[in-house]
Amino acid sequence: MSKTIRVLVAKPGLDGHDRGAKMIARSLRDAGMEVIYTGLRQSPEQIVAAAIQEDVDVIGMSILSGAHNHLFPKVIKLLKEQNAEDIMVIGGGVIPEEDIPGLKEMGVKAIFTPGTPTKDTVEFIRNNVNK
Amino acid sequence: MFDKEKIDQISKSKKEWEETKLDKVLSRFPERKEEFKTGSGEKVERLYTPEDIKDLDYMEDLGFPGEYPYTRGYQPTMHRGRLWTMRMYAGFATAAESNQRYKYLVENGSTGLSVAFDLPTQIGYDSDHPLAEGEVGKVGVAIDSLADMEILFDGIPLDKVSTSMTINAPASALLAMYIAVAEKQGVSADKLRGTIQNDILKEYVARGTYIFPTEESMRLITDIFEYCSENVPKWNTISISGYHIREAGSTAAQEVGFTLADGIAYVEAAIKAGLDVDSFAPRLSFFFNAHNDLLEEVAKFRAARRLWARIMKERFGAKNPKSMMLKFHTQTGGSTLTAQQPDNNVVRVAIQALAAVLGGTQSLHTNSRDEALALPTEDSVTIALRTQQILANESGVTNTVDPLAGSYYVEAKTKEIEDEAMKYIDKIDDLGGAPKAIDRGYIQQEITDAAYDYQKAVESGEVVVVGMNKYKSDKEPKQELLKVDPQVGEMQKERLTKLKSERNNEAVEEKLEALRKACEGDDNVMPYIVDAVKEYATLGEVCGVMRDVFGEYEQNVML
Repeated sequence: MSKTIRVLVAKPGLDGHDRGAKMIARSLRDAGMEVIYTGLRQSPEQIVAAAIQEDVDVIGMSILSGAHNHLFPKVIKLLKEQNAEDIMVIGGGVIPEEDIPGLKEMGVKAIFTPGTPTKDTVEFIRNNVNK
Repeated sequence: MFDKEKIDQISKSKKEWEETKLDKVLSRFPERKEEFKTGSGEKVERLYTPEDIKDLDYMEDLGFPGEYPYTRGYQPTMHRGRLWTMRMYAGFATAAESNQRYKYLVENGSTGLSVAFDLPTQIGYDSDHPLAEGEVGKVGVAIDSLADMEILFDGIPLDKVSTSMTINAPASALLAMYIAVAEKQGVSADKLRGTIQNDILKEYVARGTYIFPTEESMRLITDIFEYCSENVPKWNTISISGYHIREAGSTAAQEVGFTLADGIAYVEAAIKAGLDVDSFAPRLSFFFNAHNDLLEEVAKFRAARRLWARIMKERFGAKNPKSMMLKFHTQTGGSTLTAQQPDNNVVRVAIQALAAVLGGTQSLHTNSRDEALALPTEDSVTIALRTQQILANESGVTNTVDPLAGSYYVEAKTKEIEDEAMKYIDKIDDLGGAPKAIDRGYIQQEITDAAYDYQKAVESGEVVVVGMNKYKSDKEPKQELLKVDPQVGEMQKERLTKLKSERNNEAVEEKLEALRKACEGDDNVMPYIVDAVKEYATLGEVCGVMRDVFGEYEQNVML
């Protein structure tokens, strides 16, 4: 490993459930990654700006309100507009199985649903991040 | 409860039993684990005897139901007299669709309504606000104005049902709309029964739908206390909530400690605002979680009741017994549900609901099996409601009051949780009270630490979650999930535009201006909000005025 992986853990939209985001953030940190947590109520614009400014390799978004089909693609679109599509985007939360293929097609690399061991997410990031 | 001689005898016999019987068995058949723990990670002993509750004083610590310190129940006959209110939290999409669901629930034996609002409503934005995009109607019903509220309660007689509204930062505006709808139905405010959650402190800590800064929020809350004590006397003005604290990952004892610490802060704020403790305290209500560890949960409810009674009497000098009674709503634990093998959740919910009933709850929401995946379907909600009806009518646990009292384990556990919760309250007092402790991030940090410990225990397999980290199955049955129409956002926007072209905009301006002045001064803001919503000022407009004057809360971001 040449450089430490940097991850932005973000809570897009109005959803206040941040237990999952915090658990993932702590797990990634314990796995040796550098983690920046945005806190609640971040707009896609704020998330992308923070990701670029913090020079992260990965954006991990957690959402439990059902607004994922709206908010995830917006982040992807903004990253493209800013020539930052090398930043890998992953997501988690209460996301129905049937929505996952569509999200992946739009460019979300992986979706982690409830019950996923955090080590799976750690491993996925290590194996897939653009080094 | 026991004389010393008898306790000494039991203690001696226990030692003998350990040396003769127990050791022999242990040497041949070791126990399954080195240490046994509760759902909250607290150590559990192999056996509890009178020795473990030797300091328990029946009259002082338990007493009779309906008598101080209310450990055995807030009322003498409990579920023999009246069953708990079966109150299913529901709401999605438009007011019209939610109205249909409420009518369905009432037809099927639900005895109280419980309104779930969508996130824009909970954060005081109209459906056409840019931040509302994608969120309208998703986790609850979208309410932009009195016009939506009229549809939401259409055909539901507000003098007959009690309604709980999970609304916090904009609670005053939604309560005002409820009062206005009732008036249109010909029901005066003094006949209204229900609850608004109105608990902002736990929003900062665990739930996230805050708007205004702490001090201004506390003012809005005490304004509601005052207004309701005069105008809506049967209304529960706050539901001090441990539910979300537990969902965020706290232990059972933390749930009690942090919730009662929040309660103390509200009482102090109201007293500071000049209210007499007995004028508002009887209308305080509580809201707890029920997780899977049945006996720990029962002990938790009993501990909370006893501790609150003591706090109200000893700390605040309440005289009215009603001020000392902790009455509570329970919801089963959403975070305990698994997305894997979702039908198993029916069993979890049944255990949790049983804990709430044995713990003496006044009202209960049972979660549906599919809630780790989406909002529940009507079929799933029906099973959840039937679960309550089976407990009420078939299980037999409602036949006697506080049936687990006197269990050595449950009594020992009740005392342990009470003591542990009191330690947290003392610590929070040292930090200057709950609002200060929250500003410093103390409570958030404690909860996140507990959540992370639990997460690690699940991942190591120390804590077993059936279907998730053990007894997994490859074949997951396909689930029918509820889909919210993605057009809801557009429909709400159109309704708003129409509303704004039809109402008396001059009157709206005038009422909003009056509200602004009230916010800037010391007047109770409630009457001004009631006036504004009656003119169909929107929720976003009312909250917008308050945002202008009060500013917004800045979250203390921490991991």
